[in-house]
Amino acid sequence: MALLDTRARDIRNLPGVGVTAALAVAFLYAPILFLMLYSFNDGRSISRLDGLSFRWYRAVFANEEIGGAALNSVLLAVIAASLATVMATAAALAMVRMRVRRKAATYAVLNFPLMVPEIVTAIASLIFFSAIGLGLGFGSLVIAHTTFCIPFAYLPIAARLTSMDAGLEVAAADLYARPLRRFALITLPLLAPGLLSGWLLAFIVSLDDFIISSMLSGPGSTTLPVHIYSMLRLGITPEVNAVSSLMVLASALVVILSGLISRRKT
Amino acid sequence: MKLHRLLLAPSLGTILIFMALPIALTTLYSVLTPAQHGGVIWQPSGEAYVRLMFERDIFDDTLSFNADYLQILGRSALQAGFATILCLLIGLPTAWFIATRPPAQKSLWLMLVTVPYWVNLLVRTIALLLMLRDEGPINGALQSMGLTDGPLPLAYNNFAIGLGLVSSFLPFMILPLYAAIERFDFSLLEAAYDLHASRWQAVWSVILPILRPGLIAGGLLVFIPGIGSYLAPDILGGGKTLMLGNLIGMQFQGSRNWPFGAALSTVLMSVTLIALILVARRAAREAA
Amino acid sequence: MRTLAILLLTAAPAFAEGDLFIYTWGEYTPPDLVAKFEKEFGVKVHIDSYDSMETMIAKLRAGGAGYDIIVPGDATMQVLIAEDMVEKIDVFAMPNFANVDEKWREVYWDPKREYSAPWAWGSTAFAVDTAVVKGDTSSLAVLFDPAEEVKGRINMLRDMNDVINMAERYLGVPRCSENPDAMKRVLELLETQKEWVKSYDSETKELLVSGEAVVSMAWNGYSMRARDEKPTIAYVYPKEGYTGWMDNVAVPKGAPNLDNAKAWVNFVMDPENAAMITNYARYSNGIKGSEAFIEPALAAAPEINPPADAPAPEFIPTCSPAATALIDKVWTKLMN
Repeated sequence: MALLDTRARDIRNLPGVGVTAALAVAFLYAPILFLMLYSFNDGRSISRLDGLSFRWYRAVFANEEIGGAALNSVLLAVIAASLATVMATAAALAMVRMRVRRKAATYAVLNFPLMVPEIVTAIASLIFFSAIGLGLGFGSLVIAHTTFCIPFAYLPIAARLTSMDAGLEVAAADLYARPLRRFALITLPLLAPGLLSGWLLAFIVSLDDFIISSMLSGPGSTTLPVHIYSMLRLGITPEVNAVSSLMVLASALVVILSGLISRRKT
Repeated sequence: MKLHRLLLAPSLGTILIFMALPIALTTLYSVLTPAQHGGVIWQPSGEAYVRLMFERDIFDDTLSFNADYLQILGRSALQAGFATILCLLIGLPTAWFIATRPPAQKSLWLMLVTVPYWVNLLVRTIALLLMLRDEGPINGALQSMGLTDGPLPLAYNNFAIGLGLVSSFLPFMILPLYAAIERFDFSLLEAAYDLHASRWQAVWSVILPILRPGLIAGGLLVFIPGIGSYLAPDILGGGKTLMLGNLIGMQFQGSRNWPFGAALSTVLMSVTLIALILVARRAAREAA
Repeated sequence: MRTLAILLLTAAPAFAEGDLFIYTWGEYTPPDLVAKFEKEFGVKVHIDSYDSMETMIAKLRAGGAGYDIIVPGDATMQVLIAEDMVEKIDVFAMPNFANVDEKWREVYWDPKREYSAPWAWGSTAFAVDTAVVKGDTSSLAVLFDPAEEVKGRINMLRDMNDVINMAERYLGVPRCSENPDAMKRVLELLETQKEWVKSYDSETKELLVSGEAVVSMAWNGYSMRARDEKPTIAYVYPKEGYTGWMDNVAVPKGAPNLDNAKAWVNFVMDPENAAMITNYARYSNGIKGSEAFIEPALAAAPEINPPADAPAPEFIPTCSPAATALIDKVWTKLMN
């Protein structure tokens, strides 16, 4: 009875939390498993199985366009998410830990990229970039993606900083003289979950972007979403499923690898 | 230069130069005249804003009230609210679950949530539709098990749109919430438990202040992009309605009326901007 | 000799001599065609893709996107010429122009073929599942006055122009109508029909094959793909008329590799090469003599061989601003 009592009081085991999380994950993965199945389809359909084969994987590996587009997308997302995370972290430190004048206005500017409809950002950037003589290509994509990723990185990081106890940092300030050391030893490790959340959000937002990329890409910098949308005209084939499955596989490898690394650390 | 200015300069500078400046230009487009094949003619006109609320009679040029665009705005805002609530209901327990895992597992779980997002949203949404529809595997399984006689109407309705919205936005709620509640000191809560009589009192007094920044962040990240999103209604809802996102897209594409597209987007941005500043003011007051 | 002179005069960077940048729809360019061109001309071909004509126009208008070849549809081609956005390359004087079918030589979008060569053409009408839909299907009434078994199982393309053009044909209203009363009738027809429409979706093949839709607006190439997977699917050339379209190969102004681009344009007018396009993309090309190289099953396919009594396809230029505004209004109200 006493045992039951403490269990019920342990907030960590709120009823239904585990079940909801499991359902959420299952819901997110169900369509992925479904489309992975059809990547092995021998036929051209993405919803009717005509036998199994690696036909569409061979097609992906033989297709320079789609492979190059996938690489462009990942590279772009890594660069944009990293740049946005660094800038957003700096901004969040200033906004949460320091006295900033016109805080509300600054906050609005930091989140401004969220508010603009994508097609408008795309067209405005296209016109602006060509007006200032910046050619279309990977460089313009990096600039545009970094810009619209900033709020996606900023909001989780700022949320983390706000909920983080500033006491530790203050205590550290009493002990160490140098703020940089204090930041590296205390603030940064505490901030880590926020940084990871912010970076991951910025990464998936950049990876998924289609409208802005389609307007700002130049020769040789087509991204995967742009390529997939352009296939609609002639019909989606399981080749899209195959390339999507390979992306999932790549990301799963990253997850496993980081799991191994963190295990070694602990 | 003060430290806080140095810290803010890169992000503010990037946004002001590469986003605000170009957008200011397109805002200017909203008071110009459309060119025949897209683009604008540099001739001032207020027609785009008149059109938001009024319909011009083709014969005698008189104006009459037209609620079409207000309806679309309302529907889009409703969709965004719907998405936010659904994501909150599912995202909060999930974030809580992840935050209470042993330290080594937390970031693994977090990445696990984002792995599906390596697949393009369009492809994921189509896969979801193929699963849900009459001839899909879910209805197939239900019927072969003898649980239902005919196909359940899973696709092409609000239920399907809801699922699509959750699948579009869930991590935008989970990740900020997780960032806020991770390493929450649960002994605080247990102490609160001993002091307060009820469990909910404990939850409200101790957890809410920690949760609030995450709720605000997640809410903004789902609600604002939710207003402009249209893939879920287009594909899962059968494409029978227009959302603000495709209405604006249409003006820059097939309808070739850039000023009207710019006017719609200007109105949308102004409304969200005002709302955001109110949120920020309130948050600042509470923090002070 | 002339090429050499041009190369010397333009003083392009060394790597650019052997490149060709194509900007087109995804998976529209046969890989074997690209390989053959690369081998024959010693040129490296790079392909980038767009999702809509509007994106392509916007990028060209913003100036020098750096592409050598674009593949615009008929109406877009007319706009590009009118706005001086494509190079005048005198296609009519190219050696392979003699292969172009006479009916594609004098076209409204490029009357003298000074700017563009044919790439592929097709039509937009509708497809039915003959296992479900019995009787005469040659009229648009199948979609607009549907039989009981069709109600609720109709799919329309998610394209305002295609949908409205079709409704206009059923009502006998001309395309690009500027008459508000006529367009009001179009709206009423579409609103009535909406009750019976399952979805407005351009991915028609999966819908037809799965049986989710038994009648669907379709492009002929999509319909052929659907028939490959479900033999009872039939493409219909409605007696009220249907839309034809042609994609063309053209060179945008300021193309960095103009000579290679011209070589490509001439190259795709060769019958054997044009046949590769048809075999890959499943749409007709406009080149005489290509039939000999087209897969037999494809050459005989009903989707690309309209019956003798079918009306001719109607090619539709971009509508006037007034007509476009009416189309926009009808679509907005229909989708509200």
